[in-house]
Amino acid sequence: MQHLTRDSQRQAMLGRPAPARAPGGRPQPQARPARRDPAPSRLAYRLNRIWLTPLYRRVLRLGVPAFALAMVVGLYLSDETRRAEISGSVTAMVEKVQTRDEFMVHAMKIEGASPVVDKGLRAMLPVTLPASSFDIDLEALRASVMNLDAVEKVELRIEPGGVLSAVVTERTPAILWRHARGIELLDATGHRVASATSRDVRPDLPMITGEGANANTAEALALIEAAGPILPRVRGLERMGARRWDLVLDRGQRIMLPEDRAVQALEHAIALDRTQTLLSRDVAVVDLRNGDRPIVRIGMTAQNTLRRARGEPEIGPDGKIIEPDDGKTAAKPGKTTAAAKSSKKG
Amino acid sequence: MGDLYQVQRAMRQMRRAALARGVMAVLDIGTSKMSCIVLQFDGPGQFREEDGVGPMAGQSNFRVIGAATTQSRGMRYGEIETMAETERAVRTVVSSAQKRAGVRVDHVIACLSGARPSSYGLAGEVSLDSGKCTEHDIGAVLAACDVPDFGRGREVLHAQPVNFAVDGRSGLSDPRDHVGNRLAVDVHALTIDGDAAGNLVHCIRRCDLELAGVASAAYVAGRAALVEDEQELGSACIDMGGGITGVSIFVRKHMIFADAVRMGGELVTQDIARGLRVSTQMAEWLKTRHGGIEATGRDDREMIQVDGGTGADAGDWDHDRRAVSRADLIGIMRPRVEEILDEVRAVLDAAGFDCMPSRQIVLTGGGSQIPGLETLAARILGQNVRIGRPLRIQGLAQNMTTPGHAATVGLALFAAHPQDEWWDFDMPVSSHGARSVRRVARWFRNHW
Repeated sequence: MQHLTRDSQRQAMLGRPAPARAPGGRPQPQARPARRDPAPSRLAYRLNRIWLTPLYRRVLRLGVPAFALAMVVGLYLSDETRRAEISGSVTAMVEKVQTRDEFMVHAMKIEGASPVVDKGLRAMLPVTLPASSFDIDLEALRASVMNLDAVEKVELRIEPGGVLSAVVTERTPAILWRHARGIELLDATGHRVASATSRDVRPDLPMITGEGANANTAEALALIEAAGPILPRVRGLERMGARRWDLVLDRGQRIMLPEDRAVQALEHAIALDRTQTLLSRDVAVVDLRNGDRPIVRIGMTAQNTLRRARGEPEIGPDGKIIEPDDGKTAAKPGKTTAAAKSSKKG
Repeated sequence: MGDLYQVQRAMRQMRRAALARGVMAVLDIGTSKMSCIVLQFDGPGQFREEDGVGPMAGQSNFRVIGAATTQSRGMRYGEIETMAETERAVRTVVSSAQKRAGVRVDHVIACLSGARPSSYGLAGEVSLDSGKCTEHDIGAVLAACDVPDFGRGREVLHAQPVNFAVDGRSGLSDPRDHVGNRLAVDVHALTIDGDAAGNLVHCIRRCDLELAGVASAAYVAGRAALVEDEQELGSACIDMGGGITGVSIFVRKHMIFADAVRMGGELVTQDIARGLRVSTQMAEWLKTRHGGIEATGRDDREMIQVDGGTGADAGDWDHDRRAVSRADLIGIMRPRVEEILDEVRAVLDAAGFDCMPSRQIVLTGGGSQIPGLETLAARILGQNVRIGRPLRIQGLAQNMTTPGHAATVGLALFAAHPQDEWWDFDMPVSSHGARSVRRVARWFRNHW
């Protein structure tokens, strides 16, 4: 340990001259900056602990920025003019894009429509052309066009070049339906096509009448088809009780058809007519409602002829026995009423 | 005594709350360093049986998620000397451990090395009315222990029942359901200075932490450094800290004695600083880098460059250039280490360590890392000496597995599995005045 002391060191350095040193001056130890206290302050420690708490952490990282953002946006938008400005500029921008030439519709092209439908379709277009294709709601337009009874199908599309194309398929009237409020034209499915002012508008179409007749158009058309040989005599079909058909012929004759298998029954009646000329006789009603037993109601003249042959007094249309001297006059009004009835049906 | 019972029970309750939360910190407040580790309790079932991981000495249910060590401030002889400085150091270590763990820690278990621990062996005896030992009887026999006068201002830190005896059968660790007429118990009580303990509690309160338990550093270092067989057969753990050298004796897995020698590694540093006239930091560096106990001929030639000092307090020695041989350094260190070990020897003799069946001595703590200490300790303390490193616990960094962190690791084990203490048992009803009054009131209400 001895050689550690300063004396021994001085001994070791004896040969060297002492370093030059300014008089009165000692080398000052360099001032070192004070060491920073590594300990966190109480406040920093507490804040750090708060920051490590999950709830605070979530609130500070998510809640506060979200709240600040909502606050800023809310404050900015609380002014009425700013809101109007923003919405106005947005609307203007949208308008500018929508009214570009590429999106404009200049003309409307309608194919396959009658002049009436054509006119109606053009009237239905909610905007006046030229208009932006964004303003034309094709679905709504199509729905409103489909509300027209005369239109069965319509294909709407905007073709390139700014043309609104409508391909219309119209319903074809197949039958006339007379009801309490007038006469209507129906297509084969029973859908209304148009109204008619009188039967003479379409004399080529058959006529049906009665309640619920329009719902059974297909059956009616089948019956008309089946009535081929007697078609010139057919005045029309009448739906009875919304249940079955009567085929009405001229001269007040009537074929009552059953509810089901009506076509077969009509063919039966036509066969009877062909073999026995049933319908050209004085027969008022051919009742085929019971398929096993066709019933024929004979006319008044034939009844009276029979009664006369039997020597019985004649009866009037009301079924009462009339005086023998008035027999001629009694038979006549029956005939006239029948004629009047048939004319009304026509 | 009743007050202490309530306080310790409250701390146990706090520990249970911390376990329910799943996060707890352990804080080892030493004289030279402070370390804090944050434990995450995942509950049992983290490992399955087929993973090949057993219960691992009861440490499989937690892992370390954050650890920090800092220089201790304001401590002397394992006691808090300057409260504000110590508080700053605790704040530093806790906040950096928290930062590494990424979670906030509210509950902390601390250990104290100093505060003049003293051990007492208490004995109690009670007759078993039912002829069979019940839970209630254990509480009764613990309450029946004759408590000596600990002295003024002493607080009981540990009171562990170490041995139960039913009639003639002694050495029972769990006397429940044993048939017999008399139940006797031996309790080891460790008391410390109440003021020092109060200072610790206050310091931890000031850091916004809840104290969930206090342990003696000598005890927890023993739990970490002694292997299971050593704890069972009898051994002494010597925790060579900075200011305090703690001694604890274990047998049958219970601590039966603990004491502390108020000398430690800082004294060695002081000797070096004085003897070589260097700054304290330089002396500390010399001790840890070049220190030793056994000098050889080669050490005479090994010169160590000693710059007078590089720290702010170097003062006039700024331009000092010297060299010392390692043999000089050893010559300073050895007498002081010998003195410390002699004191330890005296403590062990006083405790009657010579009568133990196995006289294994385990050296741990930062001071045990001096090279050559093993041979010196074997010469002074006895032949069976080894250096003990702490148990491996899951997630602990490599630099925390040195002997210096034995108390920290032991504290983590203590936090996970505390041994039964006197306050873990329910006190007999008769000692609760309020409750008996309530019983009387209830009896009156029911019968009148």
